Amino acid sequence: MSARVSAVPSTTAPSLSSRRRLGDRLGDGALHGLTAAAAAAAAALLIAIAWKIFDVAHPAISKYGFGFLTHQGWDVARNKFAALDFIWGTAVTSFAALLIATPVSIAIGLYLSELAPRGARTVIASLVELLAAIPSVVLGLWGILVLGPFVGQDLEPWLHRHLGFIPLFSGTPENAGILVAILVLTIMVVPIISSICRELFVGVPTELEEGALALGATRWEMVRGVILPYTRSGVAAAVILGFGRAIGEAIAVTQVMGAGHGIHWSLFATGDTLASRIAEQYAGAAGLQVASLVYLAAILLVISLLVNLAARLIERRFTYQRTGGS
Amino acid sequence: MDADTMQTVAPIEIAQPREAPLSASGREAVFVTRGLTVSYGKAPAVSNVDLSIYRNLVTAIIGPSGCGKSTFLRSLNRMNDLIPAAKVEGEVHYHGQNIYGDGVDPVEVRRRIGMVFQKPNPFPKSIYDNVAWGLRVLGMKDDLDSRIERALTQAALWDEVKDRLKKGAFGLSGGQQQRLCIARAIAVEPDVVLLDEPASALDPIATSKIEDLMHELKNEYTLVIVTHNMQQAARVADMTAFFTLERTESGGHGVLVEYDETPKIFTQPSDKRTEGYVTGRFG
Amino acid sequence: MAVDATRFSLTLSRRTRRRKLVNLLMQVLATIAALAAVAVLAVVIISVAQRGASALSWDFFTKTAATFGQSGGGVADALVGSLVLVALATAMAVPVGILIALYVSEFASPRIADAAKLVLDVLNGLPSIIIGIFVFALLVIGSGQAAWKGSFALAIIMLPLVARATQEVLALVPSTLREGAMALGASRWRTVLGVVLPTSLGGILTGTVLAVARAAGETAPLLFTTSIAANAVTWDPRQPVLSIPIDIFALAESPDPADHARAWALGFVLISFVLVISLTARLLLARYRSKLER
Repeated sequence: MSARVSAVPSTTAPSLSSRRRLGDRLGDGALHGLTAAAAAAAAALLIAIAWKIFDVAHPAISKYGFGFLTHQGWDVARNKFAALDFIWGTAVTSFAALLIATPVSIAIGLYLSELAPRGARTVIASLVELLAAIPSVVLGLWGILVLGPFVGQDLEPWLHRHLGFIPLFSGTPENAGILVAILVLTIMVVPIISSICRELFVGVPTELEEGALALGATRWEMVRGVILPYTRSGVAAAVILGFGRAIGEAIAVTQVMGAGHGIHWSLFATGDTLASRIAEQYAGAAGLQVASLVYLAAILLVISLLVNLAARLIERRFTYQRTGGS
Repeated sequence: MDADTMQTVAPIEIAQPREAPLSASGREAVFVTRGLTVSYGKAPAVSNVDLSIYRNLVTAIIGPSGCGKSTFLRSLNRMNDLIPAAKVEGEVHYHGQNIYGDGVDPVEVRRRIGMVFQKPNPFPKSIYDNVAWGLRVLGMKDDLDSRIERALTQAALWDEVKDRLKKGAFGLSGGQQQRLCIARAIAVEPDVVLLDEPASALDPIATSKIEDLMHELKNEYTLVIVTHNMQQAARVADMTAFFTLERTESGGHGVLVEYDETPKIFTQPSDKRTEGYVTGRFG
Repeated sequence: MAVDATRFSLTLSRRTRRRKLVNLLMQVLATIAALAAVAVLAVVIISVAQRGASALSWDFFTKTAATFGQSGGGVADALVGSLVLVALATAMAVPVGILIALYVSEFASPRIADAAKLVLDVLNGLPSIIIGIFVFALLVIGSGQAAWKGSFALAIIMLPLVARATQEVLALVPSTLREGAMALGASRWRTVLGVVLPTSLGGILTGTVLAVARAAGETAPLLFTTSIAANAVTWDPRQPVLSIPIDIFALAESPDPADHARAWALGFVLISFVLVISLTARLLLARYRSKLER
């Protein structure tokens, strides 16, 4: 550096600077190469994950084919395996959790962006986000020992008494089952969706909000007429991300769902999701059972890849619209 | 196109003689402010304004930047309520009712007193829905189509958009967007329309369309316009209020210097500061 | 005149009254939703604290579990196991994560940077049980469990978190700083290592801490890679070790109330650790960001 700055024409200067430049070029090249290799490794890791999982699932895939997805039953003794029960369990718990979590999260996002007292906003927002930091195993522990008994002994009997004519609320109340899993998953996805929603709502241009209010709209009318339409696709992406989280949760669901199978209409029944079945049976599994469990993981992998890509694509389109649209 | 322009221009030609002897005193006051002071936090942005705004006139508010023109305007329909630190003291009487009085709701105030902003802010909806939205919200759902046509016609936009009403509003030019915002504001039949530098983001042609429009609209509405452009004020306004920034130790705040008929403000102002401003010697 | 009186009246019309009521109702519902979320957080923390705090003792931290059939004992093996697992995972994930972030922010073209961010986001979105199965298939089948294999799985979970957090902080480093260094004749790599990276150190650190908090609570990746361990404290990463989350998972399923008590106590330890460090990291990050953005 000093050689170049004090560019006194001397005989040694050119050789010095060229040596320096060589060193710089090597340094630049090395750092560039190293960082690029790390990035490539991340991409390779993603491919390796997919490849390895399909590789280990191969015996089950070649034995059952796509029929695995459409058949019921999981019989270790007879070595017969199929995924439909768990696809069903995953779908029911995830969709139901989102059904509750979506309006709640949007409401929380609105509260934090529009209503909360200014001084308290960041505090409440970080409390809601802390909910996402609770380890799933602790939430599961709470779910099985605190929430479960409440659901089994108070909530479900109450639902059964008043709404028992609906098949969803028929059957015998249980401390563990689909309903508890739905509630635990709801608790897990609400902070994820609501924090994205909050950021989206805060990002709505003030001019638009003022335009609505200047017409004599109430806050809620402004929310319905301007904020929600403006952020629609972003909110959709957030919900999809929440869905990705819900389908993949293994531990807490395993703890509270009670390891059943079959397809039931009752939310009181026990069940299993793709992820929870894997978590339950990993120990002591052998042969075709291992391949079948990993086949379940492969299904989960494909769904979650699709879900994540979809969410990111929608997110990008939304950002593009926001910056290029007005 | 030419025929349209002729039509919009023609009434003004006729109106001119009627306007010349016009005196504010014979008209009903829509707004009367008394000792109006608006502060952000502790610092007042505009201080102690006493001003009357008369019906079916265009009133312009002019003055150097930072003199509190926009703050004053936003206090007339309680838009300042949306800024958490803003505090309003004094009174703003609208047809005799203090809009900051007990039991007065900002929603009702803004429904009577519409606003058009500096930057065109159409909603991310179709042209039709931009105008329809306010009508639906306020329950004016009868004859929706004809109300929308009327508002767009009044805003001199109908001919340009009638074939693409269902298209997005973002596809319009800046000037068209601003006229859409005016249509949106007048569709809900307000009494007053406040315009906060409505042409500052527009090119000269779009600006002159907005100015023509104001001549038209004052037959039905009371208009208050904030502008930093003196020629614009001279062209459109019947009455002009000149605000300036009064420097104090703690910074400064806006004050009303002079308020009179527009020709008087621009040709024989009674205050030295006004004279300095309109002749371009300061500010 | 009478018509005018209603036309200009600012008193609420019946319709406006109804609209205001709907508005109020919605505001109340939104407030309830937010309070409910905070209440759930409080209920979870309080129920864990109530049930867990009483079981904490010196023995709990320093002894290993009582032999099979007897209840009581401590969780020293799980604590040490978690420490080993997370430390090793951090050592694996942080350097690679920083390198990826440097590539994205300093070297890659916008398009490739975009693709790299997408890869990281997708990796971050993978269910952790998938990561567990992957490491199980890659390293455990045929040769058995070991702590380092569990760490490897945790590192895969931490990697996108560290890389994304670092990349976001690097993006905040003002370009004037880079230009200033370059203008002095410093080469790219010296600028990056000597100026850009040190400026972002605070942000990288908090990002890492958040990733540690996440890894410390992960159960699914450890289930397949290091869950069956001897009932003894071991620091050797070649041995399988017990960990706090795995221990909670196992104890919660036990029918013995004494085991539940231990599970609550461990849950309390874990939740305190995770909440305290993520809260601190968040505060530091917020302060750090506002400092950089200024």
